[in-house]
Amino acid sequence: MRTAGGSESSDIRVALLVTCINDAMFPDTGKAVVRLLSRLGVDVDFPAGQTCCAQPMVNTGYLDEAVPIVRSFVDAFAGYDAIVAPSGSCAGSVRHQHDIVARRSGDDDLANAVAETSARVYELSEFLVDVLGVADVGAYFPHEVTYHPTCHSLRMLDVGDRPFRLLRAVRGLRLTELPAAEECCGFGGTFAVKNTDTSVAMGADKVRHVRETGAEVLVAGDNSCLLHIGGMLSRQRSGVRVLHLAEVLASTEGR
Amino acid sequence: MSATFVGMPAFPDAAKTALADSQLRGNLAHATGTIRGKRAQVVGEVSEWEELRRAGAAIKDNALHNLDEHLLRLERSLTERGATVHWARDAEEACGIVAGIALDNGIDELVKVKSMATQEIGLNESLAERGIAAVETDLAELIVQLGDDLPSHILVPAIHRNRAEIREIFLRRMASAGRPAPDDLTDDPAELAAAARSHLREKFLSARMAVSGANFAVADTGTLMVVESEGNGRMCLTLPEILVSVVGIEKVVPSWDDLDVFLQLLPRSSTGERMNPYTSTWTGVTPGDGPQEMHVVLLDNGRTRALADEVGRQALRCIRCSACLNVCPVYERTGGHAYGSVYPGPIGAILNPLLRGVGHDEQVDSLPYASSLCGACFEACPVRIDIPEVLVHLRSKVVDAHRGQAPKPEAVAMKAASWMLADARRLGPLERFAGVAGRLLTRISRRSAPGGRRVLGSLPGPGARWTTARDMPAPPAESFREWWRRTRVERSES
Repeated sequence: MRTAGGSESSDIRVALLVTCINDAMFPDTGKAVVRLLSRLGVDVDFPAGQTCCAQPMVNTGYLDEAVPIVRSFVDAFAGYDAIVAPSGSCAGSVRHQHDIVARRSGDDDLANAVAETSARVYELSEFLVDVLGVADVGAYFPHEVTYHPTCHSLRMLDVGDRPFRLLRAVRGLRLTELPAAEECCGFGGTFAVKNTDTSVAMGADKVRHVRETGAEVLVAGDNSCLLHIGGMLSRQRSGVRVLHLAEVLASTEGR
Repeated sequence: MSATFVGMPAFPDAAKTALADSQLRGNLAHATGTIRGKRAQVVGEVSEWEELRRAGAAIKDNALHNLDEHLLRLERSLTERGATVHWARDAEEACGIVAGIALDNGIDELVKVKSMATQEIGLNESLAERGIAAVETDLAELIVQLGDDLPSHILVPAIHRNRAEIREIFLRRMASAGRPAPDDLTDDPAELAAAARSHLREKFLSARMAVSGANFAVADTGTLMVVESEGNGRMCLTLPEILVSVVGIEKVVPSWDDLDVFLQLLPRSSTGERMNPYTSTWTGVTPGDGPQEMHVVLLDNGRTRALADEVGRQALRCIRCSACLNVCPVYERTGGHAYGSVYPGPIGAILNPLLRGVGHDEQVDSLPYASSLCGACFEACPVRIDIPEVLVHLRSKVVDAHRGQAPKPEAVAMKAASWMLADARRLGPLERFAGVAGRLLTRISRRSAPGGRRVLGSLPGPGARWTTARDMPAPPAESFREWWRRTRVERSES
């Protein structure tokens, strides 16, 4: 598992946890992960039984409603050695919340299954750097970029500088530091609609910082946060586009 | 004082008002930014900070685990050293005890050390009803009291005020409460402090009774401790004849040695100082020196309810440092009043529901949702309270408290989504519909996001809250799942 593109990588069974938001709203991110991993010699599978990590239910307080979703999650992903998610938030939800849901259900078999699957879930940058052992994924992206380290990647998963190591190795990419980068953008799942005004006030400051950098592209590892920040950047006709980390890393010359 | 948190609207509405207050936004961004910077610097100096946090959490957990034993030991130690211990189940009992002591001694004005417990029980208002004036002596509390205002921060209760506003409050209100402010008072911080000093000096010298809280109560020695910056606490704790301390039962630590950890954690986390200027400790009555009559009111007021909550009880570790408020992106923008309690910010969002229970007050039930769950609070907490974990837990308690009632639209939507997401085969028709809608919307939408994707500027129904300030991309013509099936599964089948 040390080198990219080597035969060793195909020894393990890798599943793509595309996440519901990417499935329904950002399919290009899922396609980018497939393209990127295949370039690195990993034949990723898409278990068709997957739906959602149940985070929207858990974080809104609907634990009973999360139980059947977690059940379908462990069924869909049983037997894979690694489960890769292009989302720090969803990976964090599986690793930190599925256990809470399983305990709520009182079903020991579910709790055991959850322990099995959640330990194998990786956020994309973790999988690339820790499992595949690569930082240079052979990408080419000749643009001025700034990076927002989303809260759950940063504080729940502690992905640290992994995304930066990956981005710095992208040819042509110019990375500008985002001021107050570690401050939340204000998305927060249902927070964005339950507390719209506060959410937008937080987003306004994030957008201001993004625009201060002069970057043409804002990159992050979570499309949910980018839906919020990007929605404001679009509303302001800022000209700054948002893009998932996977799509930057999948880019090569000529595409 | 007529200002009150009673009857405050739920957080989203209260926040809406606060967010529109430009002066408040400016004051808060400046103040929290400054404290955040100071804290980060002095915490960064301590190489074993993480070990200290773990030690602080462990000491508190141990104390809470055997709370009954430690409290009885504290009562014994205090009584042996000449203090009188009172037990108060709730705010009413606690206020009654303090008022009783004042009335027995013919006292109609007393001085106060800054104390969250007495704010929590509404002591000043309760004493005022009985004709007893309680004078706040902490500078920020004095500003709040004179301005007939409410505290908006645990450590810096007047954080929402700037010096121009403080000057105006002093000029307008000091005269009616005692020594007036000088007529030529400017908004220079030194002048403002000097005006407060002369105003308060008269109070310190004439007061026969003081009321304090305590940062820590040491069970093995019967020692109470107050940590402060201004010296007003030292005045109150030494000059009057009678001292009454209202102490939450979670303030107990087993032994004197435990303070070693907390005196490192607290000042760095709260004021961003290596050490606080005044640390006062007192152990019962010392004949001929300091107050000759000492009372300690041990306060429950919901703490045993919080203790019974297996996930939530970690909130009782809180040492009221305010680090979570200062790093919170929600607090920074809404300020403290929006939380409708003397405990605002992330800790308030969990402490209020834990102390008061959920399911019977819309305002309390809105607090666990007043967070984007970004986790900055947990990272800053010196006693490692996993605030996001407790917030999510309390959200489930709020939802559970309403199960069995007529379901709200949100509950119906969650139930429907749960059914839909429990089986991937149920998603097919929905995604095909979204694909058709996506193709249609892409054709009729006249606006594109940067990058070219078509966006919608306004959504109907519940989606309208999203599009108040944010565009929404049109759904893609084909979901990932459909793409995979079309390009992978069907190809391998053919």
